Amino acid sequence: MFLTVIVALPIAALIWSSRSDGASGFWQSISSSEAVAALELTLAVSGLVALTNAVFGTLIGWTLVRDDFRGKSLVNAIIDLPFALPTIVAGLLVLALYGPSSPVHVHVAFTRTAIFLVLLFVTLPFVVRTVQPVLYELDGTMEEAARSLGASEPTVFRKIVLPSILPGILSGVAMAFARAIGEIGAITVISGNLPYKTEVSSVYVFNQNQSGNGAGAAAVAVVLLAISFALLLGIGGIRRLATRHERA
Amino acid sequence: MPRGFVRTTALGYLLIVLVGPLSMLFWRVYAEGLGKAWTALSDPDTVHAFKVTVILAGIAVPLNTIFGVICGLAIVRKRFPGKGIVNAFVDLPLALSPVVVGLALYLLYGRTGWFGPWFTSHHIQILFSLPAMLLATVFVSVPFVAREVVPTLREIGDEQEQAARTLGASGWQTFWRVTLPSIRWAVIYGVVLTTARCLGEYGAVAVVSGMIQGRTETATLRVQEEYENLNQAGAYGISLALAGIAIVVLVLMTVLRPKEAAA
Repeated sequence: MFLTVIVALPIAALIWSSRSDGASGFWQSISSSEAVAALELTLAVSGLVALTNAVFGTLIGWTLVRDDFRGKSLVNAIIDLPFALPTIVAGLLVLALYGPSSPVHVHVAFTRTAIFLVLLFVTLPFVVRTVQPVLYELDGTMEEAARSLGASEPTVFRKIVLPSILPGILSGVAMAFARAIGEIGAITVISGNLPYKTEVSSVYVFNQNQSGNGAGAAAVAVVLLAISFALLLGIGGIRRLATRHERA
Repeated sequence: MPRGFVRTTALGYLLIVLVGPLSMLFWRVYAEGLGKAWTALSDPDTVHAFKVTVILAGIAVPLNTIFGVICGLAIVRKRFPGKGIVNAFVDLPLALSPVVVGLALYLLYGRTGWFGPWFTSHHIQILFSLPAMLLATVFVSVPFVAREVVPTLREIGDEQEQAARTLGASGWQTFWRVTLPSIRWAVIYGVVLTTARCLGEYGAVAVVSGMIQGRTETATLRVQEEYENLNQAGAYGISLALAGIAIVVLVLMTVLRPKEAAA
């Protein structure tokens, strides 16, 4: 009941009003060149961010579980920071470091690179946190066996470690991707939000609604909603696959 | 060699993406002058913004805690039609853009929405005031407690609950004396995550609040406002306060994190 009022009803209203102009109106709103440009940028940047964090997230997860060094628990704690920090603050921080008054003389503010960087920050924890518990449970004996049989480190990783943590990586990537697509707070301060250049879909929806084009905003919002649902279904599928694998 | 290489790469990446920007916060506040940051923080509008944020979190967190526990119990212990759908809807806010959430509420309670006209005719203001902001905050923070409670409930099983019931305990007694104590850490961890999300929410609240200075501005919206007004010192000062809260949350998360950190 609570769920219906809080979550389901607004979603229903959203889908309803996106159809208020009829199917052709809906299609027109989605295929407006600005909306398409924003959606393409969003998907491309989010995909790139998810992949980058898949690689580095796995590396970090592996380092935190298998490696040992001083200050490890501190690093482990810091990973969660993007979950705890308001994303608009994250945006400001990336702007401070890589913006006009950058102390390292990297000035990428108001470009697509800036969007990429800030999304890396915001979505960092997902893959690390899904890979870590799986690696933990996978005790090192198989890896050691492979190593003693003469397998090189990369081979051990590819043949032994990767297959078991792949479901974890994938669901982490899907979550990171979903989060990147939906992010607005962090992006809004750093991207400059130039239509066709640095305007992502969530900002597009926001701006369209502010300027009174509710139907256009709703249409794009429904597309984002559909993507979120698809990703959730995908994650559910991965999880089911992984647990079946375990039982067998 | 590869081990050291992997470690260096992993830590280097963290430095560039995470630690670098964070350390800038302290540097910038310091460089702009602590006095300016303090002026911005003690500005009545800022104080009001923090109050609004605290009020929203103060209502949303208990609400979602109660809901999360009930929902977790329902998902794990009960069988009912449409369980899959309930499960999907609980997760939805995690994957959905906050702007979409805000827009959905905007359309539901707006002038032409389903509920908008009714509330208007009864002189109840939803949009551009606290109720809509609360609805938005509750929406985005729905999943956290439920998500933490579900795996714990699965793990502990229901043998103890059954034992309590056979010994004549009522449903309530079983819940308070058996179930709740065994899931309490999961609940607390969920509460911490919910709180962090409520305090940091931006997108959903931005759409429905109208961002009226001194009235419907939350702390995060205030940061945006100061930034747009080119008051960098103010923006960084408020950010520092928010980051301080985030760090407290982070410490709590680390202390409370369910077991895998224990080893």
